[in-house]
Amino acid sequence: MDLSMRWLNDYIDVSDMPIKEFCSGLTLSGSKVERRETEGSEISKVVVGKLLSVVPHENSDHLVVCQVDVGHAGNGEPIQIVTGASNVNAGDIVPVAMDGSTLPNGVKIKKGKLRGVESNGMLCSLGELGLTTHDFPYAIADGIFIMQEEAGCPPFELGQDIREAIGLNDTCVEFEITSNRPDCMSVIGLARETHATFDRPYTVKTPTFKGIEGDINSMLKVTIHNQKLCPRYIAGVVKNVKIAPSPRWLRERLRASGVRPINNFVDITNYVMLEYGHPMHAFDIRYISGSEINIRNAKNGETITTLDGTERTLSENMLVIADAEKPVAVAGVMGGEYSGIMDDTVDVVFESACFDGASVRTTAKALGMRTDASARFEKGLDPQNAYPALMRAFELVEMLGCGEVVKTIIDADYSDKTPKGVEFNAEWINNFLGTDIPEADMIKYLEKLDFKVENGKAYAPSVRIDIECKADIAEEVARLYGYNNIPKTIIRGVAEAQLSEKQKFERKVSTAMVSMGAYEITTYSFISPKYFDKIRLPADSPLRNTVVITNPLGEDTSVMRTSVLPSMCEVLARNFNSRNPEVCLFEIGSEYIPNGGELPDEPVRLSVGMYGGKKDFYDIKGMIDTMLDLVGVEDVEYTACTDTAVFAEASTFHPGRCAVISKNGKNFGIVGELHPEVLENYGIGTKAYAAKINLTELMEEATAVKVFKPLPKFPAATRDLAIVCDEALPVAELRKAIKKAVGNILESVTLFDVYKGKQIAEGKKSVAYSISMRSHDGTLTDEQADAAVKRVLKELDKLGAELRA
Amino acid sequence: MKEQLEKIRQLAEKELAECGAADVLENLRVKYLGKKGELTAILKQMGGLSAEERPIIGQLANEVRKTIEDGISERADALKSELAAKKLKEETIDVTLPGKTQTVGKLHPLTVTLNDIKEIFLGMGFEVVEGPEVETDHYCFEALNMPKHHPARDTQDTFYINDNVVLRTQTSSVQIRTMEKKKPPIRIISPGRVYRSDAVDATHSPIFHQIEGLVIDKGITMADLNGTLELLMKRLYGEDCKIRLRPHHFPYTEPSAEVDMMCFNCHGEGCPMCKNEGYIEILGAGMVHPKVLEGCGIDPEVYSGFAFGIGLERITMGRYEINDLRLLYENDMRFLGQF
Repeated sequence: MDLSMRWLNDYIDVSDMPIKEFCSGLTLSGSKVERRETEGSEISKVVVGKLLSVVPHENSDHLVVCQVDVGHAGNGEPIQIVTGASNVNAGDIVPVAMDGSTLPNGVKIKKGKLRGVESNGMLCSLGELGLTTHDFPYAIADGIFIMQEEAGCPPFELGQDIREAIGLNDTCVEFEITSNRPDCMSVIGLARETHATFDRPYTVKTPTFKGIEGDINSMLKVTIHNQKLCPRYIAGVVKNVKIAPSPRWLRERLRASGVRPINNFVDITNYVMLEYGHPMHAFDIRYISGSEINIRNAKNGETITTLDGTERTLSENMLVIADAEKPVAVAGVMGGEYSGIMDDTVDVVFESACFDGASVRTTAKALGMRTDASARFEKGLDPQNAYPALMRAFELVEMLGCGEVVKTIIDADYSDKTPKGVEFNAEWINNFLGTDIPEADMIKYLEKLDFKVENGKAYAPSVRIDIECKADIAEEVARLYGYNNIPKTIIRGVAEAQLSEKQKFERKVSTAMVSMGAYEITTYSFISPKYFDKIRLPADSPLRNTVVITNPLGEDTSVMRTSVLPSMCEVLARNFNSRNPEVCLFEIGSEYIPNGGELPDEPVRLSVGMYGGKKDFYDIKGMIDTMLDLVGVEDVEYTACTDTAVFAEASTFHPGRCAVISKNGKNFGIVGELHPEVLENYGIGTKAYAAKINLTELMEEATAVKVFKPLPKFPAATRDLAIVCDEALPVAELRKAIKKAVGNILESVTLFDVYKGKQIAEGKKSVAYSISMRSHDGTLTDEQADAAVKRVLKELDKLGAELRA
Repeated sequence: MKEQLEKIRQLAEKELAECGAADVLENLRVKYLGKKGELTAILKQMGGLSAEERPIIGQLANEVRKTIEDGISERADALKSELAAKKLKEETIDVTLPGKTQTVGKLHPLTVTLNDIKEIFLGMGFEVVEGPEVETDHYCFEALNMPKHHPARDTQDTFYINDNVVLRTQTSSVQIRTMEKKKPPIRIISPGRVYRSDAVDATHSPIFHQIEGLVIDKGITMADLNGTLELLMKRLYGEDCKIRLRPHHFPYTEPSAEVDMMCFNCHGEGCPMCKNEGYIEILGAGMVHPKVLEGCGIDPEVYSGFAFGIGLERITMGRYEINDLRLLYENDMRFLGQF
C-alpha cells in the first residue's frame, strides 16, 4: 500500500511530524513501512519559465534559440536556451532546467554551446521530469511540457521550483500490509492506525451529495442468486456523465499512490478504493441488456472479454455479474471490456459490493489475473463499508461536476450485521502477555482503534475482519502498549534436554568425517530425472520411481532424489571445473523413497566423494573403515559388486573397483571408483571415488557402549606368513581362514604386503600377513604358536593357498 | 717429598685447566691418581719417612689428592656442559619455516551455525525434533490455521506433489506433529529444510533451512517469548546485540511479531547494509493461536505457548558476511575451506 502523506493529512494532521518519526511509530505499532520517498527528490534547480522569444538557430534548421524569463532564478535577466523541440512558441510556460540542475535517473544539465550558440540550460519534457501524459493529460509525450493553469491550483510564478508549481512534491510511504488487515489498505484505515499510534485527532466526514430525483428501480433490477458468495450488492446510477481527465489534485494523489490516472470515472473508483479500501466498479448502462444485474455463478464454458482485451472462459464455481444474457464482469476481479466506460458513455452504474474472499481468490487464480480489486476482496472485506464507499463516489462525482447522481439506490443486503463481541478480560490479557497494564489503559487503546468496550466484551469496528478471539484483543492491547515494553522473562520450570540417539549418531559421523579431512557439503534435495541416466542407473531401476513435484521451477529440480549420489557427482564436477586440484567431500542428507503410502520414507544417507592427489580406492575405503570404527560399527564385510540387484547404484561404479559394505548379511553401503562413463557424463576429467552409506540402517548396527578389555599380562607371539594364492582370490577370504584357524588366541591379523611379479608364478600373488597371538592365561609357547600356524596352513590349503617357498 | 707433592699439585692444576676433552681428562686422572700414577708413586714412598714426618706428609698428600680429584670432577662437569651446549647450538633450526599442518575437513557453515543454535537451545531445555520434508497439506497449512484459499498461503509459494501433499514451506509442521503426540510441557526446536518456489538469486533459494521453536505449558506469556528471544540473540551475537519486536501477522500465532536486530554497522541510524532501516529482520514469532492448540487437542484455556521461526541462511550469512546465498549450495572448496 502506497500512502500519499498529503492525502493522509486530510484525515489526520501529521504535517508537522518528522517523516522518520511517523514511519518508525507506525512500524512499531504494526503497520510496517517498507520504503518512503519524496516525489521529485532527484530534481533540483528546475524552475518555471516563460518563453519570451523563439527564433531559428542560424547554423541549424532544426534548432531554435529561446529567450526565457525565469523570474528571480535568472536574477531578473532572461536566459538563453537552445532547444531542438518543435512545439515551443513565444508566451509558453515551460519547465526550465537551469545550469547545474539535476533530473531523474542521475541526469545533470550544464550550460554549453550548441552549434556555436550558447545555451544556459534545457527546456524539459514530461518524460525528463519522470512524468507521463497520464499525469498531465493536456500535454504531449514527445515535446516540451507546455504548462497550463488548472482550476483549483495556484497560478504559476516565474522562477518557482517546478516541483512546487506542478505538485510533484508529495511524500509516499509504502506499507507492508499483512493479509489479515485489508482495512489498512486504505487511507482511512491508516489514518485510524496513525490516530491510535500518535494519539492525534482524526476525522472521517460522512460523504454528502445533492443528487437528482429519479427512481433507480425503473432503470435497473438487481438479483443476488448466490448470497453466500455475494452478501451485499449496492448499485447507484449517475446520469449525463461528462468523461474527461480528473482535476490535478486527484491525479496527484493517484500518482503518489502508484495508480495511473485514466479519466474521471475510472479515477473516482480507484480513488474510493484507495481511500476507503473498498473496490468499486462502473458500467455503461447502455450495455446492460434487459436492464438487469444478476449476481450468479457462471455457466460452464461461458466466456467474457475482460477490460484487458482477453477472452476468458469461465466455469460454474466462478461468480459473475451478468445482465439478462451474458456476464458483464467477473465478480470482484475485473469488468468486461464491452460494458466499460467509454468516451461517449451517458449513464453509468456504480457497483459497490462485497464478495466472498475465497471465491474471488480461487477465481482470480484460475483465470490468472490478480487485480487491485481481487487482491482486496480475497482477504475478506466488510460489507458495511460498501455503502459509505458508494456515497463517497457520489460526492466526488458532484465535486468534479461530471454527472448527475440519482438519489435512490438499490441495496441488496444479506450481510450479517450482528456486532461480534469478543471477550475482554484485562486480567487474562495481563496473564497472557506477562504484563501489568491497567484495565483503563487497555480500554483507552481499544477505543483509539474505534473498538467499543461494554459488559466484558470488546466490539471491533466492522472493517476489522481479523478480530475473532480474545488473543486478538490481547494483540491490539500489546501493540499499542508497545511490544518492546513487555518485560523479558525466562520460562519458568526446569527442563533438561539432549540430542536424540539418531542426532548423536549423525553428529558422530560428521565429526569422524571432518577429522579425516572431509569437507561437508549441502545440496538440493530435488534433482532432474535425467540425472539417473548420468549415474548409469538401469532403465528399470527402482530408484527411478520418485516423488514428483507438479509445479517445479524447472526440470533440473523436478523430482525428489532417491539417491544422494547425483548430488555428490555434481559437486565434484563443479569443483573440478573450478580447477580445485583435490577435494574430499561428504554430505549427510535425505533420500525420498516412495513407499505406496501418502508420504515417502526419508532415510538419511552419508555420501562421500573425492578426487585428486594420489587418492585411490583404498583411500575412500579406509576413510569409511575409520569412520565405522569411530561410530562403533565393527566386523563389516566388503564384497566386490557389479549387480544392481544387490545394490541399486552398483552400475554407477567401475565394475572392477566397487564393493558393497555389509554387516550380518545386510547391505548398508557401497564404495568404489566412479564408472568412467559417469565421470564423462559429469565432465570430471580425473578418477574420482564415491561412497554411499545408509545411516538410518547403519545406526541399528552400531554399538554405543564400548566394553573395556584388561591390558595383556602375558607377551604375544607373532608369526609372519607369506602366502601364495590365486590372483583372483579376494584377500578377505584368506583373512577369514586365518581367523577361523587361529581361534580365540588370535589378537590381530595384519596384511602388510601384496606382491605379484617375477618370483611368483603367473596368475598367482603373494600376500604377507603378520599374525599376533596371545593368551590371557599364560605365555604362549612356541609349540602353541607353531600349532596355530599349522592349522592356518591347513585351512588355507582349502583355498588353494600355500606358504610361499 | 713435600716439594714433590707441591710440584705435582701445581702441574696437575695447570694441566687440568688446559684440558679440553674428555679423553685427555681421563689420561690426567690415570696419570695422577691411577695405580701407576705419580701421586700413588709418592705415597708408596711414605714408608721411608720418619714418624714425625709421616702424618704431615700424609695429610699433605691427601690434600693434594683431594684437590686433583675435585679438579677432575669440576673439569668433567664443565666439559659435559660445554658439550651439551655445543650440541644444542648445532641442532638449531629455522623456526620460521612452515609447520606441518594436519589434514582435517570442515563442517558446512550452515551446520556450524545450526550446531551453535542447537547448543543454545539444548542448554535451555529444548529438545531437537525432526519431521518429514514431504508433508501433508494438513500439517503444513490446515492445522496451522491456514485453510485452503487462505490469503496467507500466498506468502509461501508452495511446491505441490499432489492436492494433499506438499514440500513443507516451514518447519512449523513439526509443531503440530509434536503437539499431537506429546502432552505439555513441550519445549522443542525443529530445524530442517523447507521449500518455496522462489527462483534462485543472491537472496533466494527454493530450498533453505528453518529452525522452528515451540514452548507449551501452563502460564507461558509473551514476556517469556521476549526473554527467550533476547537470550538467543545475545548468545548468538554477543551481549551488545539489541533486538526489537514489531507486530506482524502469522495465521498460527496471535499476537504475532517480527523480530529485528539492530544493525551492527550503523547502530540503528540507517545505512546501506540495513537498507536505511537501522534494523535487520531476523525472525518471526508469536503466541500460539488458540485455534492451533485446540486442533491438536490442547485446551487453550489451560495451556498457552509461543513459537518462533528462524531462517538459518539469514543468520549464517549475517555472521560470516556472506553476500550471496548461492555460495552456500555451490559447495566450492575455496568457499568451504573458509569456515
